[in-house]
Amino acid sequence: MTRSILRLFVASLARRRLASALSLLAIALGVALGLAVQLIHDAALDEFGRGMRTLAGEADLQVRGGRAGFDEGVYLALARRPEVAEASPVVEIEARLPGRATTLRLYGIDVFRLATVQPALMPRATANDARFAALAPDAVFLSTAAQQTVLDSPLQPVLTVQSGVHETALRVAGMVPGAGVGQSLAVMDIAAAQETFGMLGRLSRIDIQLAPGVDRAQARASLGAFLPAGITIAPPDAPVSETTALTRAYRVNLSMLAAIALLTGGFLVFSTQWLAVVRRRREFALLRALGMARRTLMRGLLAEGGVTGLAGGIAGVALGHLLALMAFVLIGGDLGAGYFASTRPTLQFSPWLIAGYLALGVIAGLAGAWLPAREAASMAPASGLRAGAADTAVHALGRSRLRRAVACIALAAVACLPPPIAGIPVGGYVAVAFALAAAVLALPSATALAMHVASGGRGVIWRLAHARLAAAPGQSIVAGAGVVASVALASAMAIMVSSFRVSVDDWLVSVLPADLYLRASSAGASGFLDADALARIRANAGVDFVEPVRAVDLRLIEGRPPVTLLARSVSRGWGLPLVSGSLHENASALPGVWISEAVADLLHLAPGDAMTIPFDGQAVQFSVGGVWRDYARQNGAVVVDLDTYRRLSGDDRINDVAIRLVRGASADTVAAALRDLFGAQTVEIALPGEIRAVSLKIFDRTFVVTYLMEAVAIVIGLFGIATTFAALTMARRGEFGMLRHIGLGRRDIGMLIAVEGALCAAVGVGVGLIAGGSIAWVLIEVVNRQSFHWSMDIHVPFSGLLLFSLGLVGLAALVARLAGYRAMRQRAVLAVREDW
Amino acid sequence: MGRDTRGILAAALLWLALWQTPAAFGGAGVGVMSYPPVIAGRALSFPRDHGAHPGYRTEWWYVTGWLRDEAGRERGFQLTFFRVRPPLDVTGSSRFSPQQLILAHAALADPANGRLFHAERAERVLPPLVAADAGNTDVKLHDWRLAWSAPAGAPGHYRAHVQAGTFAFDLELTPDGEPLLNGDAGFSRKASAPEHASYYYSRPQLKAEGQLRLQDAQHVVSGKAWLDHEWSSEIMPPDASGWDWIGINLDDGGALMAFRMRNLDGAQIWAGGTLRMPDGRVRILAPDALHFSVRRSWRSPRSGATYPVEMELEIAAEGAQPARRVRIAPMMDDQELDSRRSTGAIYWEGAVRVFEAGASAREIGRGYLEMTGYADPLKM
Repeated sequence: MTRSILRLFVASLARRRLASALSLLAIALGVALGLAVQLIHDAALDEFGRGMRTLAGEADLQVRGGRAGFDEGVYLALARRPEVAEASPVVEIEARLPGRATTLRLYGIDVFRLATVQPALMPRATANDARFAALAPDAVFLSTAAQQTVLDSPLQPVLTVQSGVHETALRVAGMVPGAGVGQSLAVMDIAAAQETFGMLGRLSRIDIQLAPGVDRAQARASLGAFLPAGITIAPPDAPVSETTALTRAYRVNLSMLAAIALLTGGFLVFSTQWLAVVRRRREFALLRALGMARRTLMRGLLAEGGVTGLAGGIAGVALGHLLALMAFVLIGGDLGAGYFASTRPTLQFSPWLIAGYLALGVIAGLAGAWLPAREAASMAPASGLRAGAADTAVHALGRSRLRRAVACIALAAVACLPPPIAGIPVGGYVAVAFALAAAVLALPSATALAMHVASGGRGVIWRLAHARLAAAPGQSIVAGAGVVASVALASAMAIMVSSFRVSVDDWLVSVLPADLYLRASSAGASGFLDADALARIRANAGVDFVEPVRAVDLRLIEGRPPVTLLARSVSRGWGLPLVSGSLHENASALPGVWISEAVADLLHLAPGDAMTIPFDGQAVQFSVGGVWRDYARQNGAVVVDLDTYRRLSGDDRINDVAIRLVRGASADTVAAALRDLFGAQTVEIALPGEIRAVSLKIFDRTFVVTYLMEAVAIVIGLFGIATTFAALTMARRGEFGMLRHIGLGRRDIGMLIAVEGALCAAVGVGVGLIAGGSIAWVLIEVVNRQSFHWSMDIHVPFSGLLLFSLGLVGLAALVARLAGYRAMRQRAVLAVREDW
Repeated sequence: MGRDTRGILAAALLWLALWQTPAAFGGAGVGVMSYPPVIAGRALSFPRDHGAHPGYRTEWWYVTGWLRDEAGRERGFQLTFFRVRPPLDVTGSSRFSPQQLILAHAALADPANGRLFHAERAERVLPPLVAADAGNTDVKLHDWRLAWSAPAGAPGHYRAHVQAGTFAFDLELTPDGEPLLNGDAGFSRKASAPEHASYYYSRPQLKAEGQLRLQDAQHVVSGKAWLDHEWSSEIMPPDASGWDWIGINLDDGGALMAFRMRNLDGAQIWAGGTLRMPDGRVRILAPDALHFSVRRSWRSPRSGATYPVEMELEIAAEGAQPARRVRIAPMMDDQELDSRRSTGAIYWEGAVRVFEAGASAREIGRGYLEMTGYADPLKM
C-alpha cells in the first residue's frame, strides 16, 4: 500500500522536477526565514537574560534609575530598611572607548557587597601584588568576551576610556571569571567608577536581597513607596521582559515575512498539484475504475504535497540554522536592530523548535495539496475517462465567488479596528490575510468583468484569447492566483517601503537643519561635552551659532525600557517634525514637553494634556506641546527646553552640538579645526549630508530582506503562469489542432497562447495591485503604527509599479509562450485525431 | 541552608579578589602609602584615644570574655573590629572611596557544640552604614556595633551588638576603672627594632551583662570581659611569623596580659606583658621576664595546623614580686577560626582557664588566648 502510494503518486513529483523544486524552495525559504528569526532572537534574548541574571546574581529586587542615575543617599536609606538583608550598589557606565565604534559596559561595584548579592561579577586580579587590586582607583577587570573585543592583545596592560572629552587610562588588572563567555563587560571599584565617569554621588542600580520571610511583592510596594520619582523597583528579570516587549513587534514582523514565504510555498504546491491532478485525470479515473478506493487516491495525492512540504521543511531547517549562524558571525545576533548590544549569543539546537518548523513545512505542503486531492477523489471515474476532462475540471474553478470576496473585504476592514494585542497588531495581520483571500476570490469575477470591458474585436487572435478567458475564468484562477498573491504582497511591500523611505528622508532633512554636527557619544555612553568645550566650539572661526543637545534616559513607562529625554531649544527653528500641536510654549503655566509618537501612543497623550516627568527624584508637571515623529528611538523620546532641563536637573552636560556656520564658511575647514581641538578619536563630527546618507544606507540594508522576498514572490507568481500554460496547452492539443486545421499558423497559435498569458497576468496584476494598495495601507496605518508607533506619509511609487506591472505582463506572455511551445510542435492532424 | 552555602561561596570569592596572593600589606610594590610612625613618648589621651586613628595602617578593638547563662552554662565570646587603611593611592572625593576598611569577627565558644560559631564581615567605611568614630569608641558595620556610651550621671559602658546567622549577642560591658596602659605608657614594642610597635591599652575586668541568642535559644547572660584597643602602622617585624597572646581576668580582681612574637622556627623573638595587682599597682613585664612553654598541642583537622592549646607561662621575679608560674588550659580544644574572608588569616582564638601551676592547680582566672601564624605566617 505504502509502496504503491510511493510509486504511483510521490514518484510523479520527480517527473515534474522544476515544479517540485520551486515548491520545495518556497517552503524551504519560509521555514528557514521563520526559524532563523526565532533562533537568533531566542539566542539573543537567552544570552541577554543570562547576562541580566548574572548581573543580578542572587538579588530579589532591583532598584533602577535612568543612565544619569540617582542620588546615592537612596542606597544609604535602603540598606537600613528592615526588609533588606543585603543591598549592593552599582554604577553602570556605557564607557566610550576613544577611536572605537563599540562601547564597553562597565560596572562600578563595591567588592564587599558583591560577594553575597552578585558573586558572578567578582573581579579576580592577575598581578602578584594584587592584594587590594579590586579597590585600586585605576584598576579595571574585563570579562573574557570584553577582553576579546576591546583589547588588541590579551596582554595589553592599559585600556583607555573616555569620560566627557577626556581620556583616562585604566590598568587591566584581571578578569571577571563569573561573567560567562557571552557577556562583554568590565568591572571596577564603585568609587573609581564614580570619579572616572563624573558620577560622584550617583548610583545606577541597587540590587537587593530581602530579609528571610519578607514577601517580595510587599517589599516592592513598601520600598517603592519611599523611592524618589523616576526610580523603579522591580524583580531582576524586568529588563528581559521590557526588552521582549520592545522586540516583540519587530520579531513578529520578520516572522510574518516568513509566513508569507510559507504561504507562497503553499500556493505553489496548490497550483502545481492542481495541474498535476488535471493532467493525470484519466490516470486517476483508470485507477479508480480498477478498484482503488477514493480514500487511497486522496491519501496518495496528499502524500505528494506532504513529501514536498517535508523536503522543503528539512532544507529549510538546515538553511535556517545556517542563516542564524551567519547572522551571529556577521551582525552579532541583534537582527540588525541594535536591541541586544554587548551580548554574544551562541546558536542552540532545540529539537522541539526543529520539529515545529518541520511540521509547518509539511502543513504548508498538505494544505496546498488538499483542494486538488479532494477534487480528484470526488470525480466519478466514468466522467474522468472521457476526453476533455481536464478542461472541465478547470471550468469548475471558475465559478464566481464574488459574495465570499465581498465578505472577506468587509472582515478585513473590521480587523483593522481593534487595538494591538500585547503590542502586536494582530488585527492588522488578519486584515492582510483577508485582503489577500478577497483578491484571490474576486479573480473570476474580475476576469469576467475585464473581458466584458475589453470586448470588441481587434483581430482573430485577440478575439480567440478573449473568448477563451471570458468563457473559462477558471483558467485565470489557476494561472493568476499566484500572480495576484505575489503582486499584492510585492506591491504592498513596495508602497510601504517607499512611503517609509520617503518619510525617513523628509524626517532626516527636518531633524538635521544645521550645517555641522558634533557628538561626544550617543545618549547612554560616557562621552559628553561641558560648558568649557561648548565655549571652545563657539570660539571657532566660521561658527555662527551653536545649539547644544543633552540626551539622557528616563524611566517613564512601566514595563518598557527607558525613554530618551532630549533637552534642546524647541522654538528656534532647530527642527522638530511635528505631527500635531505646535512648537510654541502654550498658554498654560506648565513648561512644555514635546513627545514622540511612541510616547503619545503608549501613554495615551495628546497636545494640551498634562504629563509628569521625574527630574532628579522630583516629579515635575509638564504640558504636552506637540507630538513629533521619531524614527530613531523606538523606545520613545521626549523633548524639553534645554534651559528648563538645566534648571530642573542641575545637569549642564551636552551630548551633541548642532552648528550653524557663518555665510561662506567651509564646513570641511570648521570640521577639521574642531577635530584638532578635541582630538579625532574623542568626538564624532558629521555633515548632515553624511548622516543622512549613512542613515538611508542603513535603512536600505534593513529592507534588503524585504526586496529579496519580493523577488521570490514574483518568480513564484511567474512560475504559476508557466505551469498552468504548460499543462493547459497539453490539455488543449485538440483545440489547437483544430485551429491549425482551420488555417491558423504555428506562430498564430504561439501568439494566442502568449496573449492568453498576458491577459491572465494583466487581470492578476490589476487585482493584485488593488489588493496590494489596500494591504500597504494596512501595513502603514495599522501594522507599523501599532508595532513601532511611528506614522508615515503614504508615497506610492507609481512609475515603479507601472514598470513592474508591464514587465510582469510581458514576462507572463513570454513564459506562457515558452511553456506552450511543446504543444505547438505537434502535427495538427495527430493532435485532432487523438481526441477521437 | 541555601544562604549558608552562598555565604561560603561568597567568602571564597571575596578572598580571591582581595587576598589572593600572600604578599604582605607592606610588601614590595605597594609601599606607596606613608603611614604615621608609632613613637615612644606620645601620651595617650582619653576619650580621644578610645576613638579611631584613621591615619595608622591597622587598628583593632578586641573584646573577649566568659559568659554564664541563667542555667549556669559557660561560653566564651569574642568580637573584634579591625580598621584598615589600605595602601592605595586614593584621592577620595567619592563617598565610596576605599580609604578605610572595617573588618569584623565575632565568635562564640560553646563546649556543647565542640567548636566555634563564627561570623565575619568586611566593608569599606561608608557613614552612616559603616563607620569608626574618631572621638570615642564607636565602630559600626551595618548592624554590628561596639560603642561607648555614658548616660549623664552614669559611669558609662561599652555596648557590643552582633547579629549573625547562628548566634547574636547584645552586651553591656562596664569597666572597673581607668584603662590599663601596656608597655611604656601605652607604647608597646613588638620587636627589638623600635619601629615595630603599637599604641596599646587594655580594659580588663569588664562586667558583662546582656542577651545571647544561640541558634533559636535566647539566654540572659553575665560574666567578665576584656577589651584591647591597639593601633599601629608596622606592627609585625619582618622575621616574625605570628604571636601568642593572653588576656586574663584574675579572680582576685587583677589582670594579666602577656604576648610573645615568634619567628618561623617557633622561637620567641620578643615578648611583653602587663600584670595588674588586685590593689591596682601595675607591673610592666619585660621580654626576658616572660617564658612560655608548651604543655599540650592540638592539631586542627581542617587547616592541619598544630596549636599549643595548653601552655605554661613563667613570670620572672622582680623586686619584691616573686616568680609565678601559671598554666593555661582551653575551654575546648577546637577554637580555631577561619577568617580568610575578611582578614585572610586562620588562627586560634579561644576561651581559656588559668591555673596556678604546680601542686595546688587552683583556678585563678579566666580569659582568652590568641595564637596566630600557626596555619600560615601571619601577614598584617
